[in-house]
Amino acid sequence: MLNTLLSGDYPRSRVLTGLLVAIVVGLAFAPFLFPGAAAINTAAKVCIFIVLVASYDLLLGYTGIVSFAHTMFFGIGGYGVGLGLYAFGASWGVIALGILLALLVGVVLAFLIGLLSLRVRAIFYAMITLAVASAFLILATQFSEYTGGEDGRSFSVPPSLRPGFRLFETPVFGTVINGRILAYYLVFAAAVTLFLLALRVVNSPFGRVLQAIRENDVRAEALGYRVVYYRIVANCLAAAMAVLAGAMSAIWLRYTGPDTTLSFAIMLDILLMVVIGGMGTLYGAVVGATLFIVAQNYLQKLMGTASAATEGLPLLSKLLHPDRWLLLLGILFVLSVYFFPTGIVGRLRGKPR
Amino acid sequence: MAEPLLTLAGVHTHIGQYHILQGVDLALPRGGMTVLLGRNGAGKTTTLRTIMGLWKPSRGTVTFDGRSIGGVPTPDIAQAGIAYVPETMAVFADLTVAENMILAARSGPIDTARLDWIFGLFPALKKFWQFPAGVLSGGQKQMLAIARAIAEPRTLLLIDEPTKGIAPAIIEAMISAFAELKRETTILLVEQNFRFAASLGDHVAVMDDGRIVHRGAMADLARDEALQQRLLGLSLDAHQ
Amino acid sequence: MTVAPAPATTPEALPAIKHDYLPILLPVALSALALPFVGNPTTWVTLTVAALAMGMMIFVIASGLTLVFGLMDVLNFGHGAFIAVGAYLALSVLGLLSGWVQVDSLGWNLMALGLAVTVAMIGTGLLGWAFERVIVRPVYGQHLKQILITMGGLIVAEQLIHVIWGGDQKAMALPTALRGAVVIGDVAIEKFRILAVVVGLVVFAAMLVVLNRTRIGLLIRAGVENAEMVEALGYRIRRLFVGVFAVGSALAGLGGVMWALYRETLTAAIGGDIMVLVFIVIIIGGLGSVGGCFIGAILVAMMANYTAFLLPKVALASNILLMVAILMWRPQGLYPVAKR
Repeated sequence: MLNTLLSGDYPRSRVLTGLLVAIVVGLAFAPFLFPGAAAINTAAKVCIFIVLVASYDLLLGYTGIVSFAHTMFFGIGGYGVGLGLYAFGASWGVIALGILLALLVGVVLAFLIGLLSLRVRAIFYAMITLAVASAFLILATQFSEYTGGEDGRSFSVPPSLRPGFRLFETPVFGTVINGRILAYYLVFAAAVTLFLLALRVVNSPFGRVLQAIRENDVRAEALGYRVVYYRIVANCLAAAMAVLAGAMSAIWLRYTGPDTTLSFAIMLDILLMVVIGGMGTLYGAVVGATLFIVAQNYLQKLMGTASAATEGLPLLSKLLHPDRWLLLLGILFVLSVYFFPTGIVGRLRGKPR
Repeated sequence: MAEPLLTLAGVHTHIGQYHILQGVDLALPRGGMTVLLGRNGAGKTTTLRTIMGLWKPSRGTVTFDGRSIGGVPTPDIAQAGIAYVPETMAVFADLTVAENMILAARSGPIDTARLDWIFGLFPALKKFWQFPAGVLSGGQKQMLAIARAIAEPRTLLLIDEPTKGIAPAIIEAMISAFAELKRETTILLVEQNFRFAASLGDHVAVMDDGRIVHRGAMADLARDEALQQRLLGLSLDAHQ
Repeated sequence: MTVAPAPATTPEALPAIKHDYLPILLPVALSALALPFVGNPTTWVTLTVAALAMGMMIFVIASGLTLVFGLMDVLNFGHGAFIAVGAYLALSVLGLLSGWVQVDSLGWNLMALGLAVTVAMIGTGLLGWAFERVIVRPVYGQHLKQILITMGGLIVAEQLIHVIWGGDQKAMALPTALRGAVVIGDVAIEKFRILAVVVGLVVFAAMLVVLNRTRIGLLIRAGVENAEMVEALGYRIRRLFVGVFAVGSALAGLGGVMWALYRETLTAAIGGDIMVLVFIVIIIGGLGSVGGCFIGAILVAMMANYTAFLLPKVALASNILLMVAILMWRPQGLYPVAKR
């Protein structure tokens, strides 16, 4: 059973297993364990980013190509569902249609970008995706009559996901099961399903070919694998998964806008999560996303305290200002690319296979 | 026997996971031409690249002119007096013939007497002096690659398969050029074309599976057809 | 290059050198094409001059990057950091020299600007040298890590700018005598744009002279083609590369000063906006080609300026289309660099 679920890809480290179990249990019972709107928001964000980061790892870690357009696909999912709900009202049919359309647009776009750049030179891909994603961001903000521009769009979700909805008359373990909690579990279930699917993909024969290409594309080509074909398919798969993550985000936030899905800052966050968590191990996405998002909330508070405590030392105080938390993460990122290219998960697993 | 110019002792070279040179022992006397023969994949090119420092030996020593050059950076090896003509010729296609030669002469402009001598060896270069090297024919590129190696006097020339894919008429011209060159300097030539090798070589070494399997005078090997057959087998016939 | 190799059978025939002029015609064609759409010739001249000015700034920034890539196969995603640092250094210098900046005298203004540019270029050059040693050197030959590491370097550099200069948007005022426009007939041309074009042309000319007339330049061109052979000829390509990296960074610093003066405002993210255009330029120019970079920069800037006037919402998207069109025509860019 477990073997099938995990596609035979176990964490292979006692500490990592413990960490993962803790994260899964924490997320599964988040509404009961951590009451309060802020905590459940954080938990939902973790779920969404686990999917997003895992899909990015399909590209970066398993296929060895760097894309800067992943937030674009995330955004396509967010806008697909969000604009649909905004325009046609809150119904499950609209959500389904929005997801389908977004998947179509996302996969076609991923296919075209892949065809254009992966055929020529892998390093083109990073530059071209950066350019395309920037153009997409500008288009999304410019056509404000459709997209809401910089402000984005707020919309309602189907009634059963609204805060006013009650599943039971009485609280369960002291917690009222309202529509928000249902929405959370929808997001959680989607995250678990998509993550296990991704695990299935990377442990399939297809996934093994991707890794062979990452290790040595010339040799993979010589062995008869059409490298371009595999790269493009991986690209489309990753894009589709990012689209779904975007849809999850829209349903949870009841809002979609450039800052929550498309911005380059989110792209950098994804990069940091993948690298710090561990490239080429989907479990790294779980660990990276969780640690990053928790740190985002917690580290900033800590830095605020430290900054106030060092008020007398002007430079140090500035360095520790809560807004500078990216500085610490940036340094951590550079160091981890040098010294722990396999990230936290790679460290915990010890020697690579 | 006088001290050899170049000595390889027990040299091993790995390229990635592949163990190419598996203990090469080679001593090159000063002056004349030594030809390195052997079938494809025997490690001839790797031997030249290891001498030049383009691959680092994982074990063993390389000594040139009394100085250890194993693991020394390539530019320092070049400056010690070794010139290299790779199999790919590696002429700079966007640069003119003149510019290729300017770069080859590290210590300043080439003096006219030497340039005239080079033009005498390879007349085509004079004609195409101001042309981008990319427009030259394969044979002309090969001449430029060799001319670049002798733009200034060097102690040792490493030349990798200069006859590969070259028209017979040009090979004849190359033979006379090499005959003159080896009076000035020491040459280590990798070759598949046995007739070409036999007409020029003074010494010969045969490689197989990353080791030297035969060393001696070229004249002896050229005379002994049975030995040729045993050492070089059919692989050389295919290249005749 | 697209020059055909001479047939091996006729070694005596003088080969014809085919010069590839087609890409040079592209900017001319594009500007001619834009004229009927823009309609008004005066507006068209203004837009074209603006495009040339912007193109020169993009070229100055992109040229170093494309050479670094060609020479060492290193793609520096952190190049944008030098743009920002250059601009901020100039901001500080101009702030100290506010007297020279505010007086209405071209001489004093240019002196202040020259000093600011000098400081910016020395600063970014040194920073580039350090960046190469600390960030780039350990990851030679590993594209994936290069992209990640230089991106990380960019994050750290931007954050440090916040620490040193503060995170708020700064005003970058043009020196007094460089404000306003020169009126020729009924066309008004902003003075700063003229200066930008002049600076860009000087940089391009200097680059051509260095690349074609000096030994260092020959080594760079040879190294772009085949770095290993340059080493086998006895030259330390590492030194050459560090030098090119530092000069490329200094040029990005210069471009950053110009870009900030052009926009007259400045934030730490200033490099990000223009880097997108810079990447498009070096892709369509042909990675490693200075000439392609020059033409590509003009093309991209023209596209940006004409569409900003005609269809402002799709300005950047139009450049993506330009890039797609050019890559379909020449998959390796306008002037592919001969690689082994």
